[in-house]
Order: sequence, then structure tokens, then C-alpha cells
Amino acid sequence: MTAVIIIRNGRIIDPINDSDGTGEIWISGNRIVSPGSVDAGDAIRYDAAGSWVVPGLIDMHVHLREPGEEYKETIASGTRAAAAGGFTAVACMPNTRPVNDNGSITTFIRKTAETCPARVYPVGAVSKGSRGEELAEYAEMKEAGIVAVTDDGHPVMNSQMMRRALEYAGSHGLPVISHSEDAALSRNGCMHEGFVSTRLGLRGIPAAAESIMVYREIALAELTGCRMHLAHVSTAASVDLIRRAKERGVPVTAETAPHYFTLTDEAVRGYNTNAKMNPPLRSEADRRVIIEALGDGTFDAIATDHAPHSVLEKDIEFDLAANGIIGLETAVPLTLALVRSGRLTERRLVELLSVNPARILGVPGGTLAVGATADLTVINPTISFVYTEEAVLSKSHNSPFLGQTLTGKAVLTICDGRVGHDELQAR
Amino acid sequence: MTELQAHVFKHRHIFGLEQMSREDIEFIIATARSFKEISNRSIKKVPTLRGKTVVNLFLEPSTRTRLSFEIAAKRMSADTFNIASSTSSTTKGETIIDTARNIEAMNPDVIVLRHSSSGAPYLLARHVACPVINAGDGTHEHPSQGLLDIMTILEHKGSLQGLKIAIVGDISHSRVAGSDIIGFTRLGAEVWLAGPATFIPYGVESTGARIAATVEDAVTGADVVMALRIQKERQQDPLIPSLREYAIRYGINRRRLERAKDDVLVMHPGPINRGVEMSPDVADGTWSVILDQVTNGVAVRMALLYLVIGSGKDNQEPGEG
Repeated sequence: MTAVIIIRNGRIIDPINDSDGTGEIWISGNRIVSPGSVDAGDAIRYDAAGSWVVPGLIDMHVHLREPGEEYKETIASGTRAAAAGGFTAVACMPNTRPVNDNGSITTFIRKTAETCPARVYPVGAVSKGSRGEELAEYAEMKEAGIVAVTDDGHPVMNSQMMRRALEYAGSHGLPVISHSEDAALSRNGCMHEGFVSTRLGLRGIPAAAESIMVYREIALAELTGCRMHLAHVSTAASVDLIRRAKERGVPVTAETAPHYFTLTDEAVRGYNTNAKMNPPLRSEADRRVIIEALGDGTFDAIATDHAPHSVLEKDIEFDLAANGIIGLETAVPLTLALVRSGRLTERRLVELLSVNPARILGVPGGTLAVGATADLTVINPTISFVYTEEAVLSKSHNSPFLGQTLTGKAVLTICDGRVGHDELQAR
Repeated sequence: MTELQAHVFKHRHIFGLEQMSREDIEFIIATARSFKEISNRSIKKVPTLRGKTVVNLFLEPSTRTRLSFEIAAKRMSADTFNIASSTSSTTKGETIIDTARNIEAMNPDVIVLRHSSSGAPYLLARHVACPVINAGDGTHEHPSQGLLDIMTILEHKGSLQGLKIAIVGDISHSRVAGSDIIGFTRLGAEVWLAGPATFIPYGVESTGARIAATVEDAVTGADVVMALRIQKERQQDPLIPSLREYAIRYGINRRRLERAKDDVLVMHPGPINRGVEMSPDVADGTWSVILDQVTNGVAVRMALLYLVIGSGKDNQEPGEG
């Protein structure tokens, strides 16, 4: 008999169906069904009073490190962290070792993820080995399951290469995700270029290193008419370019990460390597514009850029430390802070964390409509907790938010009709 | 000693001048003054740090600063051990933390660290129990150099309050400038920076310094002119077209120096690229206090070692013996 799950009394926020109100969600098997349409005799029942029931969250930018760097994260540990953070699906970047630039690696990732508590959508490399020299085999990788291509971690410096990637990916229905960085301008930089970097004696990365490349990507998307998604956007200048490109109808979409709307380069003081990332944490002026752009629709998605690193890469000299922080388990509370401060509506939160990522990647999810795949997340927006190293489910602990009291979290994550994370407790 | 005893020096580590108040800086200089005469004695040794162990962990090449710290420690009877980058296990792949822990297992009383990465002393201090003194970290700070520069100016001018100090040269790559700007401004001086725009770091005005349009503007009416070394080894980018052009456009020569006050002090943290950032007649002229800086360096480092490891109850007064 197919298991039935009933979630009652929750505030159901489903932007695609334009619904926002208290109600019940019934799940039978791996589908959402009409309440009362199936036998509820043995149903697993949840009381979601005080919580929001939303379409399963989709993080379109994570690093799972497998294959090759399993000591940092595995597909299993990463998806456990994802489920705990409210994500029912993640898109994993191809900068593994070896790089996911062929169908075999893509297949390995898909197969390894089959029994995991969150869906894993592999993203293939733009170029073989992410070296920016030759196109990878997009058709083979698409057959194996990729949903987009990117050389994330390495900017594609050759404009002709990026143009061809857009054209070729476009012909296979794949978006290209851009790591927008002028590597010559950012070379050897390890934090945002500003007065903090000057004070700390650390080589800075100017905001222009990102916006120069964002402009190129927009120009290439306009030239080719192919879909370009701009990853981890961090600067006000980039936002301005994206806003104007969208007004012209250029097929660009964009994401930012919670750390860019929560922290600034001040977090680096004390040489805190858990505040080291690429692009780097920017100025307060940038942060304010990022928040504004989340509210006004310039950004399509919030993605964590979850980048696990062990102490081997982080507890070292700042300029030598690896870039990146983990983010799967903190994205919900950090985004909820914007809702509490009135800068983001609940509906917009759901669009940024679920509806739009599904649309951009062309994957299921993003809705609680009857008949849809049973991917959903229950968020308690008021619960407070201390984010401790012990509680982290990711294999790595490189977060600048450790030790902080955060408010709001995912208390139930259901993926494909199966409970992946449960702090709500069935009754 | 009344003046010295009036201030409580609370710093366990010496990371930089940014953490230090004006009172801290004045207290260190006052302590250094009390130590300076030891270097002029026929027997240049006091028992102040007898039985203490100073490890000079120099993971970046240095001759002057390492020697200065070593002389400072030995003049106070501390045992010193020098670890240079070429002999360090870091060349075998060991991390700085493992190196430090191994050193710490031998119970040193202080580690003096020179490192090519900004912030390395903070990292070290998180992993060892003993105090850490920053002997220069990346392009961040070189606090003992900043303090000796302040001491040298004070000896000649009595106060920094209201002085115009011009710092000319590669500000971007200079940890000396990092400490000097903070220290000078904290003691009331007006600091002007000059050099090609490629040498001026972003947002440096936030430190309180001002950027002069030309070297001439910076030097005009200056009480102190500090020239910085062109740090060829730290430049990853081509920041100037040639040393020749730099020497002509930005070098401190007699003609430029005539714009300064008559009693101007000429300083340089050394080593000097003669004929580039400073002409030989200026370096060796009557304005030059460059060798005073070196002498004061020993006194300042004696003071720092004393303040972080030797000022406990079981120690004798500075200068005693």
C-alpha cells in the first residue's frame, strides 16, 4: 500500500498557484493529491501549525566534492545537509576531481545520489577539464542527466569559447552558468578591494573584476540569444547591468548567495578564513543593492554556493586558504531575516528558493499543485537555534555563522514523497 | 619609572599598531628609552630576561630585523633560537601551525614571527600558548619598525603632534607604511602619501592619511620625509615602467628635499636602493637619521620582549644590572 502523508494547519505558500493560506497537503506515494482523495487510515500526520508549507527548496549551486574530495563532502553527506536545510534538490557544480566533463562522471553522480534524501542534478563542465580550451561533450552529459553547464570556480576567459558554449549548449536546451570573474584583474586577490583589505594588508579583488565579466556575459547572451545564468553575483555594478539587460529582454537570469546579503568584507577582520570566498564578501553599499535586487525581481534565485572545505584548507594563512563556505543549513534562516525586516515577502522567498531555480534548470518542483511531485518543505519561521559545529550535517564546518543564534529553519523536508528530514515529528 | 608604571600594558601579543592606543605606543617608547642606554655600555647585557627563551621564527628572508631582535634578546640575557625559512620544516610541507606546535612543545617564552602572509601572527597566536610578536606579516604591519620610527622622530622633534610627515614610494606593498601611518596619525601627525597611483592602496585615506598629487606637494613644508623601498620581490604586477623613471619622477633628491623644512628628518626603513628611491647624498646627508632608526630598533625590540614576557612579578626592573 502506498504511504499517505498529511500535513495539516500549515500556511501553504504556493506562488505558481497563487495560493497563500492555511490548509492541508496530502501526499500519496510520490505525488501531491487532493485532500480526501485517498484512504487516510494509516496516514502519517503532521501538525504544521505556525509553520509554512512551501514547494521543496532547490539550491541551484552547491559543491558536493564527490568524486575526488570525499574528505570534504560526499554526495550522501551533502544531501543530508541539504535536507536538513530544507532543500529537496541541489544542482552540483562540476569542479570535482576529475571534473564532471563527460557522461561517465555525470552517471556516477546520478547513481550515487539515487538513495539520497535530496535530488541531485549534476551540472556539466563548459570545457574539458574546465580549462577553457575545448567544449565538453554536452549531448552525452545531457543524456546522462546534466541540467546546465558551467566551469564554475574558473572563469571562461576566452570570449569566443564562451560564445560557442552558449550556442552549443543552447542547441541542447541547456543554460550556461557563468562564474563571472576577470581573472587578470582578480589575480592573487583574496578579499574585496576596499579600505578593509588595505588595513589588513590583503590583496584585494575589485568589484569591477566581476562586473566586467557580467557585462561580457550579457553581451554574449544578447549576441547568441541563448540562456545565460549568472552565478553568485556580489556587486552593485553587476546588479545594475543585469537589471538593464533584463529590461531589454536579454535572456539572462541571476542568483546571489545568502552571505552576500548578510555579511560584508568587515567579516574578514581578524583574518577569518571562514569569511573567505570567491567572489569575496563586498562592501555595505553592495550588500544593500543586493538586498534591493532580491526584492525587486532582478535576482531570480538565491543559491548557497555551498563550498565545503576541511580545516586543512581553512586553518592556514588567509591568502593561502581555500575560497568558500558551507551554506545549505543556514540559507533558510538567513533569507528569513530579510522577510522579518520587510525587505522580502514570503512569496518572493519561495520564488527565489524554489520556483525560479526549478524554472531555470528545467527540473520538476516549485509547486504544490495536485499531481505535482511530492517535494515540499515545512519552515518554522520563528524557531531559534544556535548554529553549532556539532549540529552541522555537512562533513565540513567552514561557516562564518557558527556560534550564532539563527531564527527560522526547515523542520520537515519531503523529497519524492519520502521524509528526508524531520524535526516536526509525525503524530 | 613613575611614567612607565602609570600605564598598564595589556597586550599579550604584538600584532600591529592598529590595536594600540596612543598611550600604549608612548608607553612602549618610554620603555625603549629606558633600555637604550644599555646598548652604549661597555658590557651590553642585563639579566632582565635571564632564563627566557625567544624563538625567532623567520619564514621569510630577513637579516636586519632578525638580527635586531636577536641582539635585543641577548642584551637582556634571553636565550635565542633562530629558525629561517630555508631550515624550517615548512619547506618540507609542514604547516605553520605544526611548526609552531613543535616549537611550543619546547616551551619558548615568545615566538617572533616574520611571514609572507598578512595575518599569519593571528593564526599562530590561535594555536600556541606563548605570546607572539609580529616581525612583519605580508603587506599588513611591521609594528616594531613603526615604533622605532616613532621613537626616532620623537628623539629629534620631541613630539609628533602637528608634524607633517611625507611617506613616499610603494605604499601598497609596504608593511612599514601600514604601521607608520597608523602610529604617526595616532600621535597627532599629519601624514601625506606620495607615489605613482599604482603604489597607493585603495581606500588608504580611511587610515587618516592624505594623498598628495605630487611628491613635491607631499614634501613641501614637511618635518619628516620617509622614503620606502621599491619592493621588487612583492610586485606581482608591473606597477612602474622602470626604476629609472621612478628615480627621476619620485626619488627623494636634494632638489626635492629643499622644499621641506630646514630641519627635516630623512628616514628610510632600509635596505635602500641607492639612486632609486633616494639619492646617495640625501641618504648620507645631515638630514638623515637612517642609522638612528637602526639603533632605536634594538631598544624598541628590547622593550617589546620585556613587555610581553619579562614584566611579570618574578622579573627585575628594566635596565637593572
